[in-house]
Amino acid sequence: MSYVSKSPWIIHYDGSSCNGCDIEVLAALTPLYDAERFGVVNTGNPKHADIFVVTGGVNEQNAPVIKQIYDQMLEPKVVVACGACACGGGVYQTCYNVLGGTDSVIPVDAYVPGCAVRPESIIDAVVAGVGILEEKAKAMKMNPAHKDRSESDAASGAHVPVAQVDDVPGASGAGVE
Amino acid sequence: MSKRTVIPFGPQHPVLPEPVHLDLVLEDERVVNAIPRIGYVHRGLEKLVEKRDYTQFVYVTERICGICSFGHSLGYSQCIEQLMGIEITDRAEYLRVIFHELSRIHSHLLWLGLLADGFGFEALFMHAWRLREQVLDIFEECTGGRVIFSACDVGGFRQEVSNETLKGIVIVLERLREEYRTIAKTLLDDSSVKSRMVGVGYLSHEQAKEYSMVGPFARASGLEVDERLLGVGAYGELSSFEPILSDQGDCYARCDVRVKEVLQSIDIINELVAKIPEGDVMVPVKGSPEKDAETMMTLEQPRGQAFYYAKGNGSKFLARMRIRTPTSQNIAGMVAALSGAELADVPMVILTIDPCISCTER
Ligand code: SF4
Repeated sequence: MSYVSKSPWIIHYDGSSCNGCDIEVLAALTPLYDAERFGVVNTGNPKHADIFVVTGGVNEQNAPVIKQIYDQMLEPKVVVACGACACGGGVYQTCYNVLGGTDSVIPVDAYVPGCAVRPESIIDAVVAGVGILEEKAKAMKMNPAHKDRSESDAASGAHVPVAQVDDVPGASGAGVE
Repeated sequence: MSKRTVIPFGPQHPVLPEPVHLDLVLEDERVVNAIPRIGYVHRGLEKLVEKRDYTQFVYVTERICGICSFGHSLGYSQCIEQLMGIEITDRAEYLRVIFHELSRIHSHLLWLGLLADGFGFEALFMHAWRLREQVLDIFEECTGGRVIFSACDVGGFRQEVSNETLKGIVIVLERLREEYRTIAKTLLDDSSVKSRMVGVGYLSHEQAKEYSMVGPFARASGLEVDERLLGVGAYGELSSFEPILSDQGDCYARCDVRVKEVLQSIDIINELVAKIPEGDVMVPVKGSPEKDAETMMTLEQPRGQAFYYAKGNGSKFLARMRIRTPTSQNIAGMVAALSGAELADVPMVILTIDPCISCTER
């Protein structure tokens, strides 16, 4: 990418992670990796953020929190799942209280592998996320109906509303294997 | 008489890297009560012993927490070794303690950065994390991982670390010590930093005792608790070891204790590197823990005492694994320290106990 037309602001939420990925996200913002040179700023306010960085898996209690933060973000928005846990449960996949990766609650645009992820790959994903963000913005301009993201997601089945989380197999914690 | 208000704090909050929820009951600007609610990170790791055999479970214990990952694998390995009567080599004991102290340095530097960020001193945050990267580079060179190493295993230490590398580590740490002194000076002597911390979140010696506080949080209230005093493993080989104490009991004291512990850890590593014996680092492990054999183990993590309990069931799978981590002990003290604090000081008090939620909830 020759230039970035927007400085992506990120919001970070740590799901049921081990902290490993969590601190690597922060490490990516500090002097050695310095994601700020791409204009990346970590914000605590969902309404200011363009990219939602999630680390760790989803469990019963934090599923609504992740969903809420996602809903509060303005369109266009991009979700980056950082680490094996956020991508699909990781080592905890078979634990009774883990529902799975981030995509069991909200649609994910970029998956970052690794346990723990490396800061370089987080930066890579965020920069790739900017590209996706631009595409989404363009699509929104072309087709104002696209704005209603939640409807189109529900139709494509990519997005399970939290009210339905109970219907996900194994969500009750019984017989997860 | 003012009316009481309840302010929710967390689980997603700028100063909290990890999710925890507190209901703060306020009278004007003053906190009269804090009601914690946890469970956002609960995964159910202890039950995983039924699905992973005892050699695989090392990797799971490591992923209890990414900050003290080495400590958890160390505690678990020591527990299983005790259960099966395995004697590991001296060199492995030394390497374990060296790496455990290195992770203490990285954990405390991380915490100092978060603290600085908590009171709005961003430059200090960046500098602390810049120094921390040097420790992570050591980890990466020796084990290949930055935060999760998979280095400690039942039977010893997986990687052979040569004497030259160890000498290199000492050189890096000596350089780090010099740079660290300037950061420490800002943290401890700067008047604006002091005004945020002195007298804030006070916890008395009696309270610390009553709530059974552990780690730097307890030591800052003058309670002499440090598992390293037991001299398990290579800690017994140290010529002297004195826990760092303070009797102030406020946020400043907790910061002071941790700042000094970094320097103490560097000294411990220097001493052990000078004395490390030659030999293998891994002994072969055969068989499995006997049925109903039980054992327990304690360990000084960067945040305080961690407790491990294991019970065998005659097969490769354990019957039970129980871990109690320092933060679950310290939450009661945190709530006590919070009552009476100003609302604006709440993030400081929470940060100075150095909560590790993913340890607590597992
Ligand atoms: S992917 Fe690995 S390092 Fe990251 S949160 Fe999960 S267990 Fe921890």
